[in-house]
Formats: sequence, C-alpha cells, structure tokens
Amino acid sequence: MPEIICKNLSKRYDKDRLALDKINLSLKLNGVFSLIGRNGAGKTTLVRILSTTLLPSAGSAYIDGMNVMSEAGKIRERIAVVPQEARPIGWMTPKEMISSYLMWRGFSYRESIKRSEEALDLLGITKFANRLSQRLSGGTKRKVLVATAIASDADIIFLDEPTTGLDPISRGELWDLLLKLKKTRFIFLTTHYLEEAEILADRIGILENGKLLSVGNLHELRNKMGYPYSIKILGSVKEIKINKGRIVKGRDGHTQIFTTEKEARRLGSILIKRKTRFSINPVSLEDIFYYFTKEEVGEES
Amino acid sequence: MKRNVASQLLASILVNAVYAMKNMPVMLINTLLTPFSFLIVITFISRGSLLGVAIEGALIMTMVSNGLGLQGDLSHLKNDMKLQEMVVGSPTSATIYLTGMAISELIYALPALILLAILAVLFLSLTPFGIISIVGAMVMIFIVSVALGFFFSTLTADVIQSFAFGGMLSTILSALPPVYYLITYIPMPFRYLAYISPTTYAAEIAQNAAGFINISTTNLVLDWSILAVFAVVFLFIAIKKSRWVDI
Repeated sequence: MPEIICKNLSKRYDKDRLALDKINLSLKLNGVFSLIGRNGAGKTTLVRILSTTLLPSAGSAYIDGMNVMSEAGKIRERIAVVPQEARPIGWMTPKEMISSYLMWRGFSYRESIKRSEEALDLLGITKFANRLSQRLSGGTKRKVLVATAIASDADIIFLDEPTTGLDPISRGELWDLLLKLKKTRFIFLTTHYLEEAEILADRIGILENGKLLSVGNLHELRNKMGYPYSIKILGSVKEIKINKGRIVKGRDGHTQIFTTEKEARRLGSILIKRKTRFSINPVSLEDIFYYFTKEEVGEES
Repeated sequence: MKRNVASQLLASILVNAVYAMKNMPVMLINTLLTPFSFLIVITFISRGSLLGVAIEGALIMTMVSNGLGLQGDLSHLKNDMKLQEMVVGSPTSATIYLTGMAISELIYALPALILLAILAVLFLSLTPFGIISIVGAMVMIFIVSVALGFFFSTLTADVIQSFAFGGMLSTILSALPPVYYLITYIPMPFRYLAYISPTTYAAEIAQNAAGFINISTTNLVLDWSILAVFAVVFLFIAIKKSRWVDI
C-alpha cells in the first residue's frame, strides 16, 4: 500500500520560529487523514511541504516512495492542493476557474469544460456556474476551490481547512461529498473543527507547536489516552471513590470522570443505585485533543 | 496521462487576459487610457506636428505598461488569491506558467495595439523595413518590460506595493523618456540621462524607422544591442531571484 512518510521533518522559518519539529509520520494513502491543531500549530506548513510548495529545513518526506524535494515533478502529477487562504478569482466564473485549473494540469479545453461541469454538478452549485466569483457567497467560493481538486485526476488531495467560514449546512454538504470522495482518493485534511475530523477521518494526527503528539484512529487515540470512557454526572455528586481514572470538572461545569471500561461499569452501577443522573460515553475527540495538548479540561477533584 | 502543454499555456492566457476582458470589459479602458491620453495631449500641444511620434510613443508605452503589468498580476495571483500555490502543486512548470502569463499581457494589450496600428497606417508613411523595425523594437521592449516586471514581482510580497511599483516604473520608463517626443528636444547634457531608460533605445529605433530622426547604422546596432542586454540581464536576475517553491 502506498504511503506518505515523514522522517524527522522540520521547518524553521527564522531563528525564533520552529514551525515543524522532527515530524515522523507514516500514513497509508487511503481514506481521510485529518491533522488537527490550534492556529499556528504547523498544519499548513506540513501540508505545504508535502504538496511540494515549500521546502523543509531538515529531514525528508516521501509520497508513494517519491521524495518531495528531489521528485517534486512526479509527485505533482498525482496531487492537487487547495490552500487555506485560496480564493476563486473575482473576474472569473466557477466554471472558468475550475476548467482553467484543469488546463494547467494539462487537460484539453474541451475535457476541462466537461469535467468542470461534472464537478459543479457533484457539489450542487451548477446554478452558479456562470456567475462571477466575486458575487458568490463565502461558502460557494470554498466549494468552487474544492471542486478544482475533485475535478482533477489527482488521487492525493490536500485540503487545508476547507470548511473554515462555512455555515453548518454547507459544511455538512461538503462533509457528505468528502465521505463519498474518500472511497476513491486519499484526502489529507487539516481542520480545527474537531467534529469534522471525528466524522470524516479514518486517522487523526494531533499537532501542537510543530510537534506531532499522536496519530491514530479514534479508537487508538482513546487507548493512547489511557481512559477510553467518560462519565458525565449531571447535577451534584456526593463523594465517590474511583479505583482507576481521573475526575475533572468539565467545561460545562459538570463533573466528568475519565476511566476504563471496567471501572465505568462499576461506577455506573453505583450511580444508578444513588439515583444520580449521568451519561457514559467513549471519550470525544475534544477530550483527547485537550488531553494530548496538555490543556487542562478542569481541575481534579 | 499525457499533459497538453498548449492547454497549460492557454490556461494562463485565459485567466489573465481573455476572461478578464470578457467578464469585466471596464478593464480594457485601463489599457487604452494611459497611452491614448499621452497621445492626445502631445498632439494638441504640438498642434499636430508630433502626432506621428506620439503614435509610435503610444505603441511603445502600451508594450511597456503591459509588460510591466506582469509584476502586479503575478503578485496578485500569488499573494491575494494563492492561485500560484495551486499551480505549483500541479503538473505545470514554472516556465510554462510564466510564459503563458507573459503572453496574456500581450493579449491584454491587443485592443490598444489594434487601435494604434490603425492610426499608424493612417498617419505614418512606413516602408516594409520600417514596419519590421518598429514591430521588432516593440517586441524587444516588451521582453525587457516582462523581464523587469518578473524581476520586480520577486521583490514585492504585497499587491499594493506591487501595483505602486508598476505605476512608478511605467511612468519612469515610458512617460518621462523621449518616447512621445524626439530626443533632440532634450537639452544637453540632460540628454544622456534619457539613455538610462531602455525605452529611449526602442523609441529611437521606431522614430528612425519612420523617418522622424536619422541615426547612423552604428548607433542603430548599438540601440538593438543595448535593448538585448537589458532583456538578458533582467531575465537572468529575475530567474536567479525568483522562487517557484518557497523556502
């Protein structure tokens, strides 16, 4: 199975700014890989290096065995990238924008027009095909850019925060599309919407201050956290003794216990006997994210 | 998949010229405004005696301002639209992208060039060799301007800065030097200052071709050579300085 491999990949912009710090990563080129992290964590820098638009300062990276520095030309035959701050050109229509990008990729004019119409249809924005981009809403503009990548022949697609600024409905529509798309192509997606990563991603990477803190699917990340279950106690709680786990005050003010499956069952029985309202759930990606980025969920009680 | 190089070139031309002109015709006024306003002013002030020189000047200015326009356009598409990053991460090479963009500037200048060519046919009496000389000088000054535009686009990271640069360069290169008037109108020793600008050489070739001035064959060869040196030097610097992939 082809892979993306990073070996001690680092990027330093200047003396004081280390954007990526010895990233080691191995990803199978299927499904969706989502890189989550706060603003400035280094997500865009990693995308730019892997999509051959930025040179690393140290280390190496390979896509399907091809070095991103010495074999960039070969890699560019296989990839498409939608940068974070990209915008469709105001004086062009979506159809012109998509078809021009396809022509840059080497498709004939006729084929480009055909593919752009198909992509617009797939994204449900055919009615905007001939409207100037400057008159489109922010959400439609983002969809047009995603359509450029979808319409291309690239089997590896880099989407840098594609849903930023989209309303919930547009975001949901784009998610549906990406869920279909990931069956046939590999999508490297960055986002700071944890829900988005949870819904779309087969594997998730957590990046913080240029360091890759953890990689895995949701189940693996839960296991790495050590406490795969969360008990949220609604209302007041009398003193409760836990054998294994961590009690914290959640962001919503409720008491939250991170614990193992066995302990969750035991505590659940106690809480039922006490007639305390509670819920037991697998820990969410948000819990995992804050756990790995050392952000305290609350104070231990 | 076999990539179609002609399509890749055409993409830049469509994006930067054809679609811009088709969807926003008001942009065309910009290409016509500056060369024609100078032409009209010079013609009126000279009571028509410099009409022919001004037509040639407008032809040269059109080539210069559109060649220099590459700077603003490259900067806009790279820094504002992040389009260049999408193109870098695609099978298009830097050479194809930039060549297409340079040609697009020429296409963008076509409406002005066509109108000026009509005026030239009406008001200039040219031999076939004269026509070839003028067209040659225009092509050469366009290459020099594109090289300068490309060079300055590598220096500017901000579109506002780059448009300011473009306007300034266009004035310095085509409004101040003896493009719309004869170099003999400049008193000595200031005349030598005019030779700092490459447009002076192109204008001299064009004015000689139309019979407005008479320069020796040696000076003519020198004019062509200096234009060629300007083009090569600035293209070389621009290629050396420019970065397709960021570091």
